[in-house]
Amino acid sequence: MSSVSQNTAPMRRSSFASRMKLRDLVLIPVIGLVMIIGSFVSPSFLLPENLLNVLQQSSELSILVIAQSLILICGKFDLSLESTVGLAPMLAAWLMISDTSIGGSGIGINGYAGIGVALLTGLVVGLINGLLVVKLRLNAFITTLAMLILLRGMTLGITNGQTLFDLPEPFLYLGTAKWAGVPASIWIAGVLFLLFGLFMRYHRTGRAIYAIGGNAEAARVAGIPVERITIGVFVVGSLLAALAGLLLTGRIASVMAGQGQNMIFYVFAAAVIGGISLNGGQGRMIGALTGVLLLGLLQNVLTLSSVAAFWIDACYGAIILLALIVTRLTGDAPQN
Amino acid sequence: MTAIAPGFAAEAHGVVKRFGPIEVLHGVDIAIPVGDARAIVGRNGAGKSTLVSLLTGIHSPNAGEIRLAGQPAPAQGDRRAWRERVACVYQRWMVIPHLTVAENLLLNNQPARAGLVSWRSVRDRAMAALADWELDVSPDLEAWRLTVEQRQIVEIARALLQGSRFIILDEPTAELERKEVNRLFDRIRALQDAGVTFLYISHHLEEIYEICRTVTVMRDGDVVADAPLDELPRDALVAAMVGPGVATGRRQSRPVSDAPVKTGLEIRDLALGDDIEGFNLSVAAGECVGLAGLAGSGKDRIAEAVAGLAVPKAGTISIFGQPAPLGSVAAMRAAGVGYVARDRHVRGLFPQMSVGENLVTTILERLGRLGLISSAKQAATVNDQIRTLGIVATSGEQRISELSGGNQQKAMVGRALASSPRVLVLDAPTQGVDVASKEALYGIIDAAKARGMAVLLVSDDLDELSICDRVAVIFRGRITRSFARDWKEHDMVAAIEGLY
Ligand SMILES: Nc1ncnc2c1ncn2[C@@H]1O[C@H](COP(=O)(O)OP(=O)(O)OP(=O)(O)O)[C@@H](O)[C@H]1O
Ligand SMILES: [Mg+2]
Repeated sequence: MSSVSQNTAPMRRSSFASRMKLRDLVLIPVIGLVMIIGSFVSPSFLLPENLLNVLQQSSELSILVIAQSLILICGKFDLSLESTVGLAPMLAAWLMISDTSIGGSGIGINGYAGIGVALLTGLVVGLINGLLVVKLRLNAFITTLAMLILLRGMTLGITNGQTLFDLPEPFLYLGTAKWAGVPASIWIAGVLFLLFGLFMRYHRTGRAIYAIGGNAEAARVAGIPVERITIGVFVVGSLLAALAGLLLTGRIASVMAGQGQNMIFYVFAAAVIGGISLNGGQGRMIGALTGVLLLGLLQNVLTLSSVAAFWIDACYGAIILLALIVTRLTGDAPQN
Repeated sequence: MTAIAPGFAAEAHGVVKRFGPIEVLHGVDIAIPVGDARAIVGRNGAGKSTLVSLLTGIHSPNAGEIRLAGQPAPAQGDRRAWRERVACVYQRWMVIPHLTVAENLLLNNQPARAGLVSWRSVRDRAMAALADWELDVSPDLEAWRLTVEQRQIVEIARALLQGSRFIILDEPTAELERKEVNRLFDRIRALQDAGVTFLYISHHLEEIYEICRTVTVMRDGDVVADAPLDELPRDALVAAMVGPGVATGRRQSRPVSDAPVKTGLEIRDLALGDDIEGFNLSVAAGECVGLAGLAGSGKDRIAEAVAGLAVPKAGTISIFGQPAPLGSVAAMRAAGVGYVARDRHVRGLFPQMSVGENLVTTILERLGRLGLISSAKQAATVNDQIRTLGIVATSGEQRISELSGGNQQKAMVGRALASSPRVLVLDAPTQGVDVASKEALYGIIDAAKARGMAVLLVSDDLDELSICDRVAVIFRGRITRSFARDWKEHDMVAAIEGLY
């Protein structure tokens, strides 16, 4: 008479398939379906140029999704990421442009220093967010919402709402260069996904982030430096957002005051469709990647299709809802 | 540690701990020599868990000093240093729900090279630990799927895997079955032989006599006694816990209820899951029936079925003659069923809410009209409940997560009783409740019986079962034996274990 209950799964071998949970792969057939539909909608859909174009346009979004996924898995939020996408390159551009008549500061730092300024901006924003949320224990949602408004306002304020262009070549390089015929931003996004995916899976700090998001008290008791890691996650998240801002600026060769606006909705949509839980401690980078790819392809298909331009957003929103429902029905645990 | 003076594994000198304005520990002194097996006993809210949180560095004292292994305690933030010196099984759940069992076992302790986790060794070590504890679960299972006992064992195994020489167990057995308790004790004894120091907290005094050598008694935030256990018999121990002026003595035998007439709860031909079929049980009005069994025997699921939480495949459940709709909590509650779940951490508490709000969630509709709650009525009800149940709280406004474990449990029972149910289903209602408060809860159950309530008490705790008018023993989904009032402990244990 064993007192051990029998309701649990039998021992399994640890194969690749068992480690990749169903939840992480559920979007792959959906992506396949979208590709098939796309090829019917427009003959140009499957052309390599078009697909590369989709990937390039998704690259900034995907870097933001990496950032948000890190923060979500750690059990926090960062809404201000999208405003960092605007502020970081704007501040750098303002410092780089020596002509005050087109909105510059007149200082005229060089392009490399500009990159440094943009990344430093991200670092500072992340540090402030992290300190406010961790040390002062402010609610992450409302803190980063206020930060979003503040940074967006600063971006406008610096240049009175002007768009800055005529930026130095090194500053635009990452967003324009092609490596082996493929835009550098795709390489960068891809490598970041790989690195962060492996980090979250195999590095002890990555595992600690999962533990913190799952049960912060238990993580602290287990000897994990919860506060340090949480602040670090905010900093890395904002740094990634600054990098996304650089790539976006390079691609369009200018910085607009509203750069990054509304991206945060798509960031959340991609992360959640990709299985990152809003409750923390759950989800994987591979899932988040499929979420981004799905959104990027969908948008492309909608643009190529004959849907009237003003209805594209509505269709997009409806499809995101649908995707959420589908993933919920196929996923295992509810997002309680 | 030198061979000449082994010294102390842990010491607290004059430690004071305040939570806001409330002082919980008023200058506690305790010194645990290396190799000791020390028990701490005391009533609910005496400050035991708070002392543990100081000894493990979760909180720091407002005054006084903590020393570990003869040295001043590490800095508050240096979790790694604390973890090297002391391992602890906390009274609250410390598992990470969406990580696997294997990872929970080796949390922040994963074998790694250059920071990179070797999943193969994580799994191998976890498998070894699971086999050691004869826990038949896959290491790849996510921890939220574990049962209450399995989860508790994972926590214990994790603390032991940490390799510390000083281990604290804060009520590790409150949710364990007898078999697992025995396995835990074997493990503790082996470690004691290897020189590991233990600090053990439990309300089960017989456990303390079984595996501890010395005892520290706490009362209202002070240490009131410190002695080897063989100098302190049970009665003296309880007297020290309870303090002067309170009658202690063992419970008197209870009045046998008058010949019951009406049937309060009737379960007929119940089929549930794979293993329960044709299950019958009835409880008369004014009667308390015990349902005893091991984990996995089906006893908890039958309680859940009566509460509307589990959906039976077949059968009827009647409340005072009326068949009730199955599988709906609201319907069962409307029919007059009150329920105290076994795992208060998972199903019972709203940790963010106050004691008062937790007490009245089942009776909100009675506290006002049109969905509005009259705060005067709520306060009156709550204060009344806190008094009758003897809950130690500063007021009904206090957050329930700030109460001691045993007092949270009392609040759970209070909530079930608040709706004045006609049928009361209690699953291990006194887990983590101290000896004296247990008596108070038993008194409340007796009073409920006297008012004509039918009580179904699901338990494997002999003390709880002893208040029942009769006990049915369930083994693998079938009732294998019934006892009338005066059963022998030995027979009951044998029946529960299936050795009749
Ligand atoms: N975070 C907190 N905030 C306010 N009060 C607290 C907090 N934690 C504990 N207390 C109070 O401190 C007192 C001692 O609690 P503690 O948990 O140490 O009791 P205990 O002896 O472990 O009881 P039990 O046997 O029920 O577990 C209780 O009155 C409790 O309400
Ligand atoms: Mg306690």
